Amino acid sequence: MFKTFAKAIQSLSVALLMGLPMASSAQQLSENASIVVESPWARASLGMSRPGGAYLTVRNEGSDQISLIGLRAEISGMASIHETRTNSDGVSSMAPADDIVIPPGGMFALEPGGYHAMLMQLQSPLVEGETFPLTLLFSDGTELEITVPVLGIGARGPEG
Amino acid sequence: MMRVAKIAAIGAAAVFAALFVGWWQVDGPGADSARGKRSLPLTAMEFSLTDQDGRDVGPETLIGEPSLVFFGFTYCPDVCPTTLSDISGWLDEIGPDAEDLNTVFITVDPDRDTVETMAEYVSYFHPQIQGWTGLPDQIAAIADGFRATYEKVEGENGEYTMNHTAGVFLFDATGRFVTTIDYHEPREFAVPKIRRAMQNRTERAES
Repeated sequence: MFKTFAKAIQSLSVALLMGLPMASSAQQLSENASIVVESPWARASLGMSRPGGAYLTVRNEGSDQISLIGLRAEISGMASIHETRTNSDGVSSMAPADDIVIPPGGMFALEPGGYHAMLMQLQSPLVEGETFPLTLLFSDGTELEITVPVLGIGARGPEG
Repeated sequence: MMRVAKIAAIGAAAVFAALFVGWWQVDGPGADSARGKRSLPLTAMEFSLTDQDGRDVGPETLIGEPSLVFFGFTYCPDVCPTTLSDISGWLDEIGPDAEDLNTVFITVDPDRDTVETMAEYVSYFHPQIQGWTGLPDQIAAIADGFRATYEKVEGENGEYTMNHTAGVFLFDATGRFVTTIDYHEPREFAVPKIRRAMQNRTERAES
Protein backbone atom coordinates (compact mmCIF):
# COMPACT_ATOMS: atom_id res chain seq x y z
CA MET A 1 0.00 0.00 0.00
CA PHE A 2 2.74 2.41 0.94
CA LYS A 3 4.59 1.51 -2.24
CA THR A 4 1.52 2.24 -4.35
CA PHE A 5 1.06 5.48 -2.49
CA ALA A 6 4.68 6.47 -2.96
CA LYS A 7 4.51 5.58 -6.63
CA ALA A 8 1.40 7.63 -7.12
CA ILE A 9 3.02 10.60 -5.38
CA GLN A 10 5.98 10.11 -7.65
CA SER A 11 3.85 10.07 -10.78
CA LEU A 12 1.96 13.08 -9.49
CA SER A 13 5.19 15.01 -8.94
CA VAL A 14 6.47 13.98 -12.35
CA ALA A 15 3.27 15.23 -13.92
CA LEU A 16 3.57 18.50 -12.01
CA LEU A 17 7.22 18.91 -12.93
CA MET A 18 6.39 18.34 -16.55
CA GLY A 19 3.82 21.09 -16.26
CA LEU A 20 0.97 18.83 -17.27
CA PRO A 21 -2.20 20.02 -15.61
CA MET A 22 -4.16 17.07 -14.25
CA ALA A 23 -7.27 18.33 -15.95
CA SER A 24 -5.80 17.68 -19.37
CA SER A 25 -5.78 13.96 -18.75
CA ALA A 26 -8.96 13.85 -16.74
CA GLN A 27 -11.81 15.65 -18.41
CA GLN A 28 -14.43 15.18 -15.79
CA LEU A 29 -17.96 14.69 -17.01
CA SER A 30 -19.17 13.45 -13.66
CA GLU A 31 -20.91 15.36 -10.92
CA ASN A 32 -18.53 13.86 -8.41
CA ALA A 33 -15.55 16.18 -8.68
CA SER A 34 -13.76 14.35 -5.87
CA ILE A 35 -12.67 11.50 -8.11
CA VAL A 36 -9.38 12.24 -9.82
CA VAL A 37 -7.69 10.08 -12.44
CA GLU A 38 -3.97 10.42 -13.00
CA SER A 39 -1.32 9.13 -15.36
CA PRO A 40 -3.44 7.12 -17.79
CA TRP A 41 -1.60 5.29 -20.55
CA ALA A 42 -2.04 2.34 -22.84
CA ARG A 43 0.32 0.16 -24.80
CA ALA A 44 0.17 0.24 -28.56
CA SER A 45 -1.52 -2.89 -29.90
CA LEU A 46 -0.37 -5.26 -32.56
CA GLY A 47 -3.35 -4.88 -34.89
CA MET A 48 -6.84 -5.49 -33.57
CA SER A 49 -6.95 -9.19 -32.78
CA ARG A 50 -5.10 -8.97 -29.47
CA PRO A 51 -6.50 -7.39 -26.32
CA GLY A 52 -5.05 -4.00 -25.39
CA GLY A 53 -3.96 -3.01 -21.90
CA ALA A 54 -4.25 0.37 -20.19
CA TYR A 55 -3.23 1.68 -16.78
CA LEU A 56 -4.11 4.63 -14.55
CA THR A 57 -4.40 5.80 -10.96
CA VAL A 58 -7.68 6.79 -9.31
CA ARG A 59 -7.75 9.06 -6.27
CA ASN A 60 -10.76 9.52 -4.06
CA GLU A 61 -10.61 13.06 -2.64
CA GLY A 62 -14.13 12.92 -1.33
CA SER A 63 -15.49 11.96 2.08
CA ASP A 64 -17.35 8.84 0.94
CA GLN A 65 -16.04 5.47 -0.08
CA ILE A 66 -16.40 4.75 -3.78
CA SER A 67 -15.92 1.67 -5.93
CA LEU A 68 -14.64 1.43 -9.47
CA ILE A 69 -17.11 -1.05 -10.93
CA GLY A 70 -16.42 -1.09 -14.64
CA LEU A 71 -15.18 0.46 -17.84
CA ARG A 72 -16.60 1.49 -21.18
CA ALA A 73 -14.72 2.42 -24.32
CA GLU A 74 -15.77 2.86 -27.91
CA ILE A 75 -12.47 1.43 -29.00
CA SER A 76 -13.21 -1.88 -27.26
CA GLY A 77 -16.14 -4.23 -27.70
CA MET A 78 -15.50 -5.52 -24.20
CA ALA A 79 -13.63 -3.40 -21.68
CA SER A 80 -13.14 -4.57 -18.11
CA ILE A 81 -10.65 -4.49 -15.29
CA HIS A 82 -8.50 -7.57 -14.99
CA GLU A 83 -6.13 -8.65 -12.29
CA THR A 84 -2.88 -10.48 -12.91
CA ARG A 85 -1.90 -12.93 -10.20
CA THR A 86 1.29 -14.89 -9.80
CA ASN A 87 1.10 -17.94 -7.54
CA SER A 88 3.83 -19.45 -5.37
CA ASP A 89 4.97 -21.60 -8.31
CA GLY A 90 5.59 -18.45 -10.36
CA VAL A 91 2.65 -19.16 -12.66
CA SER A 92 0.88 -16.03 -13.75
CA SER A 93 -2.84 -15.91 -14.55
CA MET A 94 -5.36 -13.24 -15.38
CA ALA A 95 -8.99 -12.90 -14.31
CA PRO A 96 -11.71 -10.21 -14.22
CA ALA A 97 -11.31 -8.17 -11.04
CA ASP A 98 -13.91 -7.62 -8.35
CA ASP A 99 -15.12 -4.09 -7.73
CA ILE A 100 -12.25 -1.90 -6.56
CA VAL A 101 -13.09 -0.11 -3.31
CA ILE A 102 -11.32 3.19 -2.72
CA PRO A 103 -11.75 4.70 0.76
CA PRO A 104 -12.01 8.45 1.29
CA GLY A 105 -8.57 9.98 0.76
CA GLY A 106 -7.34 6.72 -0.78
CA MET A 107 -6.01 5.86 -4.16
CA PHE A 108 -5.77 2.82 -6.37
CA ALA A 109 -3.29 2.21 -9.15
CA LEU A 110 -3.81 0.02 -12.17
CA GLU A 111 -0.22 -0.82 -13.04
CA PRO A 112 1.73 -3.51 -14.87
CA GLY A 113 1.67 -6.87 -13.12
CA GLY A 114 -1.28 -5.94 -10.94
CA TYR A 115 -4.54 -4.57 -12.31
CA HIS A 116 -5.06 -3.39 -15.87
CA ALA A 117 -7.85 -2.13 -18.09
CA MET A 118 -8.35 -5.06 -20.44
CA LEU A 119 -9.56 -3.82 -23.82
CA MET A 120 -10.87 -6.82 -25.71
CA GLN A 121 -12.38 -6.86 -29.18
CA LEU A 122 -10.54 -3.75 -30.30
CA GLN A 123 -12.53 -1.82 -32.88
CA SER A 124 -9.40 -0.08 -34.13
CA PRO A 125 -5.72 -0.58 -33.31
CA LEU A 126 -4.12 1.35 -30.46
CA VAL A 127 -1.56 3.43 -32.33
CA GLU A 128 1.44 4.94 -30.56
CA GLY A 129 1.12 8.73 -30.31
CA GLU A 130 -2.68 8.70 -30.55
CA THR A 131 -5.23 8.92 -27.74
CA PHE A 132 -8.64 7.36 -27.08
CA PRO A 133 -11.46 8.08 -24.64
CA LEU A 134 -12.12 5.65 -21.79
CA THR A 135 -15.02 5.92 -19.36
CA LEU A 136 -14.67 4.78 -15.76
CA LEU A 137 -17.87 3.66 -14.04
CA PHE A 138 -18.21 4.15 -10.29
CA SER A 139 -20.61 2.77 -7.68
CA ASP A 140 -22.26 6.15 -7.06
CA GLY A 141 -23.29 6.41 -10.71
CA THR A 142 -20.39 8.64 -11.67
CA GLU A 143 -19.16 8.14 -15.21
CA LEU A 144 -15.78 9.71 -15.71
CA GLU A 145 -14.40 9.99 -19.22
CA ILE A 146 -10.65 10.31 -19.53
CA THR A 147 -8.30 10.57 -22.48
CA VAL A 148 -5.72 7.82 -22.62
CA PRO A 149 -2.48 8.42 -24.53
CA VAL A 150 -1.11 5.40 -26.40
CA LEU A 151 2.57 4.74 -25.78
CA GLY A 152 4.84 2.19 -27.44
CA ILE A 153 4.43 -1.58 -26.99
CA GLY A 154 7.62 -1.51 -24.96
CA ALA A 155 6.47 1.26 -22.60
CA ARG A 156 6.94 0.59 -18.89
CA GLY A 157 4.90 3.37 -17.39
CA PRO A 158 3.13 6.66 -18.05
CA GLU A 159 6.47 8.28 -18.89
CA GLY A 160 7.17 5.76 -21.63
CA MET B 1 22.11 -51.33 26.68
CA MET B 2 20.52 -53.58 24.09
CA ARG B 3 17.33 -51.68 24.56
CA VAL B 4 18.98 -48.32 23.83
CA ALA B 5 20.47 -49.73 20.62
CA LYS B 6 17.07 -51.05 19.60
CA ILE B 7 15.43 -47.68 20.16
CA ALA B 8 18.22 -45.97 18.21
CA ALA B 9 17.78 -48.42 15.34
CA ILE B 10 14.04 -47.83 15.23
CA GLY B 11 14.64 -44.08 15.37
CA ALA B 12 17.14 -44.25 12.52
CA ALA B 13 14.74 -46.36 10.47
CA ALA B 14 12.01 -43.80 11.04
CA VAL B 15 14.28 -40.98 9.93
CA PHE B 16 15.26 -42.85 6.76
CA ALA B 17 11.62 -43.65 6.06
CA ALA B 18 10.72 -39.96 6.41
CA LEU B 19 13.61 -38.96 4.16
CA PHE B 20 12.57 -41.53 1.58
CA VAL B 21 8.96 -40.33 1.58
CA GLY B 22 10.22 -36.75 1.19
CA TRP B 23 12.48 -37.70 -1.68
CA TRP B 24 9.68 -39.66 -3.35
CA GLN B 25 7.34 -36.70 -3.20
CA VAL B 26 9.80 -33.94 -4.09
CA ASP B 27 12.35 -35.41 -6.48
CA GLY B 28 11.44 -39.05 -6.93
CA PRO B 29 8.84 -40.74 -9.12
CA GLY B 30 6.07 -39.37 -6.92
CA ALA B 31 6.94 -35.74 -7.65
CA ASP B 32 4.35 -33.45 -9.20
CA SER B 33 5.16 -33.15 -12.87
CA ALA B 34 6.85 -29.78 -13.13
CA ARG B 35 6.09 -27.89 -9.98
CA GLY B 36 8.71 -26.14 -7.93
CA LYS B 37 11.66 -27.91 -9.50
CA ARG B 38 14.87 -26.70 -11.00
CA SER B 39 15.25 -26.60 -14.75
CA LEU B 40 17.27 -29.36 -16.33
CA PRO B 41 20.60 -28.34 -17.83
CA LEU B 42 20.17 -27.42 -21.50
CA THR B 43 22.49 -30.31 -22.35
CA ALA B 44 19.85 -32.73 -21.01
CA MET B 45 16.99 -31.20 -23.02
CA GLU B 46 15.67 -32.17 -26.42
CA PHE B 47 13.46 -29.83 -28.42
CA SER B 48 13.30 -28.40 -31.91
CA LEU B 49 11.71 -25.00 -32.47
CA THR B 50 11.77 -22.21 -35.07
CA ASP B 51 13.13 -18.72 -34.49
CA GLN B 52 11.67 -15.43 -35.76
CA ASP B 53 13.68 -15.74 -38.99
CA GLY B 54 12.45 -19.26 -39.72
CA ARG B 55 15.66 -20.99 -38.63
CA ASP B 56 15.63 -24.30 -36.75
CA VAL B 57 16.75 -23.89 -33.16
CA GLY B 58 17.32 -26.27 -30.26
CA PRO B 59 19.30 -26.58 -27.03
CA GLU B 60 22.54 -26.44 -29.04
CA THR B 61 21.59 -22.94 -30.20
CA LEU B 62 21.82 -21.74 -26.61
CA ILE B 63 24.77 -23.73 -25.27
CA GLY B 64 28.08 -21.89 -25.57
CA GLU B 65 26.79 -18.52 -24.40
CA PRO B 66 24.79 -17.60 -21.31
CA SER B 67 21.03 -17.54 -21.88
CA LEU B 68 18.01 -15.66 -20.62
CA VAL B 69 14.68 -17.30 -21.48
CA PHE B 70 11.10 -16.22 -20.87
CA PHE B 71 7.82 -18.01 -21.68
CA GLY B 72 4.72 -16.07 -22.74
CA PHE B 73 2.36 -15.37 -25.62
CA THR B 74 1.66 -12.39 -27.84
CA TYR B 75 -2.05 -12.13 -26.88
CA CYS B 76 -0.90 -11.37 -23.33
CA PRO B 77 -1.74 -7.73 -22.53
CA ASP B 78 0.12 -7.26 -19.26
CA VAL B 79 2.82 -9.59 -17.95
CA CYS B 80 4.48 -10.45 -21.28
CA PRO B 81 5.00 -6.94 -22.70
CA THR B 82 6.00 -5.74 -19.23
CA THR B 83 8.59 -8.49 -18.86
CA LEU B 84 9.94 -7.97 -22.37
CA SER B 85 10.23 -4.25 -21.59
CA ASP B 86 12.05 -5.08 -18.38
CA ILE B 87 14.40 -7.43 -20.21
CA SER B 88 15.06 -4.71 -22.80
CA GLY B 89 15.94 -2.33 -19.98
CA TRP B 90 18.30 -4.86 -18.36
CA LEU B 91 20.08 -5.43 -21.66
CA ASP B 92 20.48 -1.67 -22.09
CA GLU B 93 21.81 -1.39 -18.55
CA ILE B 94 24.39 -4.15 -18.99
CA GLY B 95 25.42 -2.69 -22.34
CA PRO B 96 28.02 -4.27 -24.65
CA ASP B 97 28.76 -7.08 -22.14
CA ALA B 98 25.27 -8.46 -22.82
CA GLU B 99 25.75 -8.74 -26.58
CA ASP B 100 26.53 -12.45 -26.36
CA LEU B 101 23.63 -13.21 -24.04
CA ASN B 102 21.06 -15.42 -25.80
CA THR B 103 17.78 -13.67 -25.03
CA VAL B 104 14.74 -15.68 -26.04
CA PHE B 105 10.98 -15.25 -25.73
CA ILE B 106 9.24 -18.62 -26.24
CA THR B 107 5.51 -18.74 -26.91
CA VAL B 108 3.24 -21.13 -25.02
CA ASP B 109 0.47 -20.39 -27.55
CA PRO B 110 1.85 -21.82 -30.82
CA ASP B 111 -1.66 -22.03 -32.34
CA ARG B 112 -1.82 -18.25 -32.61
CA ASP B 113 1.86 -17.30 -32.44
CA THR B 114 3.28 -18.13 -35.85
CA VAL B 115 6.85 -17.37 -36.92
CA GLU B 116 5.65 -14.16 -38.61
CA THR B 117 3.73 -13.10 -35.49
CA MET B 118 6.74 -13.72 -33.26
CA ALA B 119 8.98 -11.79 -35.66
CA GLU B 120 6.73 -8.75 -35.59
CA TYR B 121 6.18 -8.92 -31.84
CA VAL B 122 9.82 -9.12 -30.80
CA SER B 123 10.71 -6.33 -33.25
CA TYR B 124 9.09 -3.86 -30.84
CA PHE B 125 11.56 -4.71 -28.06
CA HIS B 126 15.35 -4.85 -27.70
CA PRO B 127 16.86 -6.08 -31.01
CA GLN B 128 18.65 -8.88 -29.19
CA ILE B 129 15.40 -10.55 -28.11
CA GLN B 130 14.52 -13.57 -30.23
CA GLY B 131 11.05 -15.11 -30.55
CA TRP B 132 10.70 -18.87 -30.81
CA THR B 133 7.64 -20.92 -31.68
CA GLY B 134 7.04 -24.47 -32.87
CA LEU B 135 4.80 -27.50 -32.84
CA PRO B 136 2.74 -27.96 -29.67
CA ASP B 137 4.62 -31.12 -28.65
CA GLN B 138 7.95 -29.31 -28.98
CA ILE B 139 6.70 -26.38 -26.88
CA ALA B 140 5.60 -28.97 -24.32
CA ALA B 141 9.05 -30.58 -24.45
CA ILE B 142 10.97 -27.36 -23.78
CA ALA B 143 8.56 -26.26 -21.05
CA ASP B 144 8.97 -29.65 -19.38
CA GLY B 145 12.77 -29.36 -19.51
CA PHE B 146 12.58 -25.90 -17.96
CA ARG B 147 10.02 -27.15 -15.40
CA ALA B 148 7.79 -24.34 -16.67
CA THR B 149 4.04 -24.82 -16.84
CA TYR B 150 1.30 -23.37 -19.02
CA GLU B 151 -2.39 -23.92 -19.41
CA LYS B 152 -5.08 -22.74 -21.79
CA VAL B 153 -8.00 -21.00 -20.09
CA GLU B 154 -11.20 -20.61 -22.10
CA GLY B 155 -12.99 -17.29 -21.74
CA GLU B 156 -16.15 -15.83 -23.20
CA ASN B 157 -16.90 -15.65 -26.93
CA GLY B 158 -14.45 -18.38 -27.85
CA GLU B 159 -11.54 -16.27 -26.65
CA TYR B 160 -8.90 -17.81 -24.49
CA THR B 161 -5.90 -16.79 -22.47
CA MET B 162 -2.87 -18.70 -21.22
CA ASN B 163 -1.68 -19.13 -17.66
CA HIS B 164 2.07 -19.58 -17.69
CA THR B 165 5.25 -19.51 -15.63
CA ALA B 166 6.20 -15.85 -15.62
CA GLY B 167 9.76 -16.02 -14.27
CA VAL B 168 12.83 -15.35 -16.40
CA PHE B 169 15.23 -18.32 -16.60
CA LEU B 170 19.00 -17.85 -16.56
CA PHE B 171 21.54 -20.41 -17.76
CA ASP B 172 25.31 -20.15 -17.89
CA ALA B 173 27.36 -20.74 -21.03
CA THR B 174 27.68 -24.47 -20.33
CA GLY B 175 23.89 -24.76 -20.27
CA ARG B 176 23.64 -25.16 -16.52
CA PHE B 177 20.58 -23.59 -14.90
CA VAL B 178 21.67 -20.69 -12.68
CA THR B 179 18.54 -19.04 -11.31
CA THR B 180 15.26 -17.38 -12.16
CA ILE B 181 14.20 -13.78 -11.94
CA ASP B 182 10.71 -14.01 -10.49
CA TYR B 183 8.06 -11.63 -11.70
CA HIS B 184 7.41 -9.93 -8.40
CA GLU B 185 10.89 -9.80 -6.94
CA PRO B 186 12.54 -6.38 -6.69
CA ARG B 187 13.74 -5.39 -10.12
CA GLU B 188 17.13 -4.21 -8.87
CA PHE B 189 18.09 -7.85 -8.26
CA ALA B 190 17.73 -8.71 -11.93
CA VAL B 191 20.88 -7.22 -13.42
CA PRO B 192 23.22 -8.73 -10.77
CA LYS B 193 21.61 -12.14 -11.40
CA ILE B 194 22.17 -11.83 -15.15
CA ARG B 195 25.76 -10.78 -14.52
CA ARG B 196 26.18 -13.85 -12.33
CA ALA B 197 24.98 -16.13 -15.14
CA MET B 198 27.38 -14.36 -17.50
CA GLN B 199 30.26 -14.51 -15.01
CA ASN B 200 30.10 -18.30 -14.78
CA ARG B 201 31.30 -18.36 -18.36
CA THR B 202 34.26 -16.07 -17.65
CA GLU B 203 35.37 -18.24 -14.75
CA ARG B 204 35.14 -21.35 -16.87
CA ALA B 205 37.05 -19.76 -19.72
CA GLU B 206 39.87 -18.72 -17.38
CA SER B 207 40.16 -22.06 -15.63
